[in-house]
Amino acid sequence: MSAPTTMAAEDSAFTSDDMMTCCAARALRDGMTCFVGIGLPSAAANLARATHAPGLVLIYESGTIGAKPGRLPLSIGDGVLAQTADAVVSVPEIFNYWLQSGRIDVGFLGAAQVDRFGNINTTVIGPRYADPKVRLPGAGGAPEIAASCREVIIVLRQTRWSLVERVDFVTSVGYGDGPGHRERLGLTGAGPRKVITDLGVLEPDPATCELTLTGLYPGVSADQVRSRTGWDLAVSADLHELAEPTGAELAALHALHATTPGP
Amino acid sequence: MTIMIMLKVGSRTGERMAEIVSLADAVAAAVHDGDAVAMEGFTHLIPFAAGHEVIRQGRRDLTLIRMTPDVIYDQLIGAGCASKLIFSWGGNPGVGSLHRFRDAVENGWPGPLRLEEHSHAGMANRYLAGAAGVPFAVLRGYRGTGLEGLLGLDGQPSVRPITCPFTGETLTAVAALTPDVAVIHAQRADRAGNVQLWGISGVQKEAVLGARRAVITVEEIVDELTPRPGGIVLPAWTVDYVAEVPGGAHPSYALGYSQRDNDFYLAWDAISQERESFRRWLETDVLALAATARAATGRAGAAAGAGMAGAGAAGAGTGEVGQGGAGRDGPGS
Repeated sequence: MSAPTTMAAEDSAFTSDDMMTCCAARALRDGMTCFVGIGLPSAAANLARATHAPGLVLIYESGTIGAKPGRLPLSIGDGVLAQTADAVVSVPEIFNYWLQSGRIDVGFLGAAQVDRFGNINTTVIGPRYADPKVRLPGAGGAPEIAASCREVIIVLRQTRWSLVERVDFVTSVGYGDGPGHRERLGLTGAGPRKVITDLGVLEPDPATCELTLTGLYPGVSADQVRSRTGWDLAVSADLHELAEPTGAELAALHALHATTPGP
Repeated sequence: MTIMIMLKVGSRTGERMAEIVSLADAVAAAVHDGDAVAMEGFTHLIPFAAGHEVIRQGRRDLTLIRMTPDVIYDQLIGAGCASKLIFSWGGNPGVGSLHRFRDAVENGWPGPLRLEEHSHAGMANRYLAGAAGVPFAVLRGYRGTGLEGLLGLDGQPSVRPITCPFTGETLTAVAALTPDVAVIHAQRADRAGNVQLWGISGVQKEAVLGARRAVITVEEIVDELTPRPGGIVLPAWTVDYVAEVPGGAHPSYALGYSQRDNDFYLAWDAISQERESFRRWLETDVLALAATARAATGRAGAAAGAGMAGAGAAGAGTGEVGQGGAGRDGPGS
């Protein structure tokens, strides 16, 4: 994975990773229940908890409910999650009683590919499942998170090969083929609300469900985003520049990273 | 205690009581070539030492079952122990790709690996059905995904739509998992073989209760199991073999006993990247320990050297490594 680009002068420097993390954190409201994965989603959820959303309920698929880690966990099964959780339940229970039953407000998903209708691929790259060009890790908890959380936030770095017209394999359903598809499938959640990339934010058009550019990072142009999108990306009439990370956000984020062992 | 055992648990009959044995003896007795083996532990209590013993004893043609194959199955796959894998997320948690898994799927090295692929919710429910002694479980899941259309190892769908007999709603049925043998690591057992584990408990209970045989390694064997908040006890009559293996979950951890060795997970990325570096690791960190392990138990003849047979068939070319870190940010790591 290439080093994130630095986006501002050195005294207030932040990286595109920082910007993504802050954007994702801001999408979380205090008191929400949030299904979290390791990596950027976990950093964002913990940043939100450390800043504007102290009552955010972090739920990791290892079965830890209401985890309050003081540092970023190293894996979804990090002992710090079990030790700080309100409850620790088994894996069948976390998926059946807590996720499937509709108790989770927001799910955070990463992706190798996302298509114009917000469908996610984390399974294979290439047209043939049985003979893939690249074998990706697979589904994990994502299909049911995408189906059952009230809303979904997707984070990924943006290239023409990661934001594509159609995913090579539908691991997790966004809006399927377009309006009405989720309802026909009986999926209980509303689907992806935001796709946060390293250039800006895409949101589904309310009428067509097609992902549309709605927010830009400071110094990024709509053309840049369009040139790194694998379909003819529509730009919202309300396109706006997203606020840089504040000093308080950066301080909290750096503090989280500083207390985390590892690289 | 034996006199009251009249129950049938999962697919197994009663009249059993855990034997406390060495790890080598447990694996020799319970894990056979061609078995379907579930080594469970969801990022915590992963039975690495038992996995290494399976490699040392040269098991072949295993169907490996595990929600998160992660580093332990990367090792078994690279060592040539497996021909099939039933799983839901195959990455190095918090790090990136599983290179040996990818080499097997993308290039057929050290041999072809057939896949049966699910979501976590599906796998968890499959284990649950196995433990409950019913042929399938029902969930809201898979609808509209590519996973719905994939075939299981028997060439039949292991995911099928099912109509609720009460509401008419379409739900998803997944087939029960009933492994030949479940292998888990726990914090401790008493001298009768009752096993106790706590912290993140994953699907270990379901895997053990759904399997025909169970091998459990523990951090320590104690005189008495004092209650633990949130702890799970697997009574001795649900277990076949218990082996005391302190640190047997390394590089994962055992809550209350050890910390996750994060450096190893990071180092595994480089160790496993190339066939040659993987082979060197296998030789020095797994196979070379065989003599010691056998000397300690007084056993001879476990085919330790055979562990390299499959790994010797190096083909040309290395796997494509682009997109290696993809999926890292998703739940499932």
